[in-house]
Amino acid sequence: MREIAYWQALNEALQEEMERDPNVFLLGEDIGVYGGAYGVTRGLLEKYGPERVMDTAISESAITGAAIGAAMMGKRPVAEIMYVDFMGQAMDQLCNQAAKIRYMFGGKFKAPMVMRTEGGAGRTLGAHHSQSLEHWFTGIPGLKVVMPSTPADAKGLLKASIRDDNPVVFIEHKMLYKEKGPVPDGDHVVPLGVADVKRQGKDVTVVSYSRTVLVALEAAKILEAEGIDVEVIDVRTLAPLDIKTIVDSVKKTNRAVVAHEACKTGGFGGEIGMQIIENAFDYLDGPVKRVAAIDVPIPKSPVLEQYVIPTKDSIIKAVKEALA
Amino acid sequence: MEEVNVKKEEAAKLLRQMYQIRFFEDKIMELLGQNVIDGGSHLYAGEEAVAVGSCAGIRPDDWIASTHRGHGHAIAKGGVISELMAEIFGKVTGCCKGKGGSLHLCDPATRNLGATGIVGANIPVAVGAALALKKDKSENVVLCYFGDGAINQGVFHESMNMAAVWKLPVLFICENNLYGMSGAVNRVTTTNDLYTRSSAYGVPGEAVDGMDVLAVKEIVMKYAEKARKGEGPSLIECKTYRYYGHSRSDPRAYRTKDEEKEWQAKDPILKFRSKVILAGIISEAVCDDIRAEVKQEIEDAVRFAMNSPWPKPEEVTEDLFA
Repeated sequence: MREIAYWQALNEALQEEMERDPNVFLLGEDIGVYGGAYGVTRGLLEKYGPERVMDTAISESAITGAAIGAAMMGKRPVAEIMYVDFMGQAMDQLCNQAAKIRYMFGGKFKAPMVMRTEGGAGRTLGAHHSQSLEHWFTGIPGLKVVMPSTPADAKGLLKASIRDDNPVVFIEHKMLYKEKGPVPDGDHVVPLGVADVKRQGKDVTVVSYSRTVLVALEAAKILEAEGIDVEVIDVRTLAPLDIKTIVDSVKKTNRAVVAHEACKTGGFGGEIGMQIIENAFDYLDGPVKRVAAIDVPIPKSPVLEQYVIPTKDSIIKAVKEALA
Repeated sequence: MEEVNVKKEEAAKLLRQMYQIRFFEDKIMELLGQNVIDGGSHLYAGEEAVAVGSCAGIRPDDWIASTHRGHGHAIAKGGVISELMAEIFGKVTGCCKGKGGSLHLCDPATRNLGATGIVGANIPVAVGAALALKKDKSENVVLCYFGDGAINQGVFHESMNMAAVWKLPVLFICENNLYGMSGAVNRVTTTNDLYTRSSAYGVPGEAVDGMDVLAVKEIVMKYAEKARKGEGPSLIECKTYRYYGHSRSDPRAYRTKDEEKEWQAKDPILKFRSKVILAGIISEAVCDDIRAEVKQEIEDAVRFAMNSPWPKPEEVTEDLFA
């Protein structure tokens, strides 16, 4: 299978959906000539013109609101918010309007829109350009939340998100854009709400998403040499969460570790862990362990930044604790 | 004598709609006081000429985006009064199946994009709807209602800028009723003339007597035609007054009884009614008939709402996702 980078996979998804459906259009800051801060919309302005690739002012709230209004009228906007850290500016529109439009209007309107953004640490950009904030959105009924870890999932999940009739928060990871991986040819669509077992194993289940999945897979490889067989589950879609795949795995391994880059307190790992306990308590041979960022803003210093977020060593340590 | 530029049939319609809003709101206040309905309602009484005049200035297939004080918009756009009433009761026969309430009336059939409980939050939504119309090369426009309070929200500025840059067919209708809850316009801003804000965005802005239904209609028609021709957005400030407090628990300590009386002397319904009678467009008897019919219509709507079933608990998770 051909290998392409995560950003190219996203770019392909956008192009294919724009070809397929004339109602799909893009709006956001610096997505035109600049091609997006991380290059995802490269070449699309030239191909589709300024009416479908719309550069906006630095107005995250109006970008989001405009996407909502257009979506209510039958368009399928894909809005880009350059950093998830900037979502604070868009939160009212996203959480009070987009998420609730269908419900509070008794099903009379829908808002089929995608909010593409990216998050995560790793580029030593400091506290306002490195956060993982997915748990802001998972606490709002009415939003779907997607966080792909591989190029294939990035493409397939973005296509599914654009075709979905609901608001989808699609969070990419800044350290994944250059990662290459196999991506099937043709109309590759990955359904929302389906987790993926990225590595089969029998001793312990590590549940993760986004870049931390790759970290977990590295950790699993090291642990394999020590005779520990780790199963790695990539939830891919946080909302709706495919708890069945997670629980089935835990019933098999009887041990669970949840790993993500967001801070530990209030992070989505708490939700996953609790759902494991609710659904598979009798199968657990030990406490569910969490690996997450330390509860501080992401610091600038590369030394401190790496210390704050999960690493393969911290995942290895948690796996061993889960097995102890 | 003042020339009154309205035909008989339209005069009757404008009067009927203003009565519908007034009696609807009076009835809601009464029912709230009797604890027949729960929750809050932000009442539109006093501002009828704004909603009715502006909706008369656009076409039936044009769109509106409403506010927390939105009953009047929904009625003026042609919403079914019994369904609006039932929604405020929280009944399943309401326009949002009882899931929205007073703050979230909507109606795609009459092209009402709905109301929001967050001040100013529908402004970018209206801009997005106008963007969709422009993409479709439609001749339709969007009326975006908001109050004097919303004009100080950041999103107003973001949205007006965006609409101006893209020359979108949206009319920003600022209902300046002088108070954002208790905050007087001239205490929270440096001007009473909010229409001047548009100049920063290269958008035409104009103020109008928001107690004069025909004046509102005329100015909206003018800017709607410009918007249809691709000339972009406008800001229309309607100077008006809400008769009731911000909500039912508001004792209105921030304004005087004299001020209330001054505005009530300019009542949009009485003013229009006497104007059309005096000009011989419709007779006093016809006006009285309309008034009586609307009174009955509101009573019927209340009966409909009261007799309607509550939503079933199992419906609570319906309509979350499409």
